[in-house]
Amino acid sequence: MEVSTFIYPYTAWTDSFVHTAFENAAATLSGAEACYQSMKKQGKLPEDSHTKFIAFGGDGGTYDIGLQSLSGAMERGHDMVYVCYDNGAYMNTGIQRSSATPKFADTTTTPAGTIIPGKMQSRKDLAKIMVGHHLPYVAQTIALNNFKDLYEKAEKAIYTEGPCFVNVLAPCPRGWGYATEDLMKINKLAVETCYWPLYEVIDGKYKVNYKPAKKLPIEEFLKPQKRFKHMFKAGNEWMIEEFQKEVDARWQELLDLEEITNKE
Amino acid sequence: MSIRERLSGNEAAAIAMKQINPDVVAAFPITPSTEIPQYFSTFVNNGAVDTEFVAVESEHSAMSACVGAQAAGGRAMTATSANGLSYMWEMIYIASSMRLPIVMSLVNRAVSGPLNIHNDHSDAMGVRDAGWIMLFSENNQEAYDNLVMAHRIAEHKDVLLPLMVCQDGFITSHSIENIELIEDDKVKEFVGKYTPEHYLLNQKEPIAMGPLDLQAYLFEHKKQQADAMCKAKQVILDVAKDFEKMTGRKYSFFEEYKLEDAEIAIVCMNSTAGTTKFVVDELRAKGIKAGLLKLRVFRPFPAEEIAKALSHVKAVAVFDKADSLNAAGGALYTDVTSAMYVNKNQVPCINYIYGIGGRDTKANDIEAVFNDLQEIVKTGDIQNPYRYMGLRG
Repeated sequence: MEVSTFIYPYTAWTDSFVHTAFENAAATLSGAEACYQSMKKQGKLPEDSHTKFIAFGGDGGTYDIGLQSLSGAMERGHDMVYVCYDNGAYMNTGIQRSSATPKFADTTTTPAGTIIPGKMQSRKDLAKIMVGHHLPYVAQTIALNNFKDLYEKAEKAIYTEGPCFVNVLAPCPRGWGYATEDLMKINKLAVETCYWPLYEVIDGKYKVNYKPAKKLPIEEFLKPQKRFKHMFKAGNEWMIEEFQKEVDARWQELLDLEEITNKE
Repeated sequence: MSIRERLSGNEAAAIAMKQINPDVVAAFPITPSTEIPQYFSTFVNNGAVDTEFVAVESEHSAMSACVGAQAAGGRAMTATSANGLSYMWEMIYIASSMRLPIVMSLVNRAVSGPLNIHNDHSDAMGVRDAGWIMLFSENNQEAYDNLVMAHRIAEHKDVLLPLMVCQDGFITSHSIENIELIEDDKVKEFVGKYTPEHYLLNQKEPIAMGPLDLQAYLFEHKKQQADAMCKAKQVILDVAKDFEKMTGRKYSFFEEYKLEDAEIAIVCMNSTAGTTKFVVDELRAKGIKAGLLKLRVFRPFPAEEIAKALSHVKAVAVFDKADSLNAAGGALYTDVTSAMYVNKNQVPCINYIYGIGGRDTKANDIEAVFNDLQEIVKTGDIQNPYRYMGLRG
């Protein structure tokens, strides 16, 4: 985000913006927010001023190298929204695997080889890790249908006091291997196959925002993406089956969590 | 009237921070600096300061939060040691490149590995080229005084650089000594209000900070940091003058202890200077003209002034409490000898690596060095300049 919005001496930002390093957006913002609270308390800022703090990170800077800094900031309860743009790999450095990369995906550090067919580990579930921090608001969303879900969750996150977390799936045409114009189609398939369920957790209560009437098979999501191409070779059917099993299990777990956390 | 107290170096640092009353303190505990955030958080929780204390989950986040806070428009302070500073390393450079006058109390300790919690200067030496002003302190009084002067130096419009005040872990941080504290209101007045020209929370002038800075500009921005470091020299002297007016205590780039007519001299930093003064006095009683140059300001490095101060002696030994492992000598030695060379000072100069991992430095060790210097004066032969003091054979 930094490299595309703020190349000296130009900036695309009209509001105040700070970038320091890769793994520490949450920690940097912790300091800015603490300073705001301190200056506000001391009367060093105008009384009617109200500032919200929003951090943006990719899955590399959030799931992986920045997880400690994010966890620390959320636990300390800074009044901020952390937005993760999850494109499922380190795309900026050239498509290396992250812990957000789905199983079997072909990346430049988990190439689909003759012995090891892509990434052999499952994807980390970051939104649930954030739920484990007992935040007032955690959401998982995607740009879909005029961005309605995304807008609504962003608004809730921004207007909820305290540490909030929003995970946004951000398909990468180059890294995932699909045509750019198919972005909205890929987004829709991620949701309709339940690969990327839309849900929010408000004060610990799960709410699944969309339940497909007929869940599509995972092949529909995998097939248009070159990173999963090897899964469709003869003899690799087991990979698709395994992927489907995992999607099903995670979807069921989510439905169960919704039921359990909403019990009277 | 100043307040006479008995405090450890860590207490002295924490009290200076209380009197400075920064907007944010972000710190993570690490021996031997842990007590500083501990004492400070009691000030916070008892309402003695206005500070927001951010109990971060790591030193990397401590410096990140300090950068965020200072960029937002407040004063930010922290304290750390050894591996804590190593873990901050990435952010240390970012803090100075963003020209944020953050102030740190660095309680010097050996950087791992192997693991050791005791004093040497390997932590500080690891950041000597990071664009921070680095002040060293012989005792708790100097650690306190340096912190009181810190913001005036760092925040000066000609400087705008972060600053660290070093003191020796355990040796001064945990030793209780007499100290003269300055009254709260005097410190408040001396330090003054922080009024940054540009900051994130200024709603009238939003600002983007920390750009991607490519080939077209980075070089010039680095030169600006270098210029600021050069200008810091005068500011350090000016602030010391004002400080002397308030307290009567005199500070400069370095202290010259019986150096004026000395024939043999030692250059060192922090607590070893105290032991060296004792040895100098003993030798002087025997008629030996020994002297000391105790360096206070390591960055900016007062090259010309050091070369001049040592120009009349006949042999010099530079003490480094960190080995550079470079087959040539310690960092302070390299700096001092290059300063002497370019200023046409041809005095023989040797190096002693000492006190590594908290190895005790005794008066007779230092006396042996003065004996070596006398031998060099006699023979004119420096033999191996890269030596060790207190190392078991």
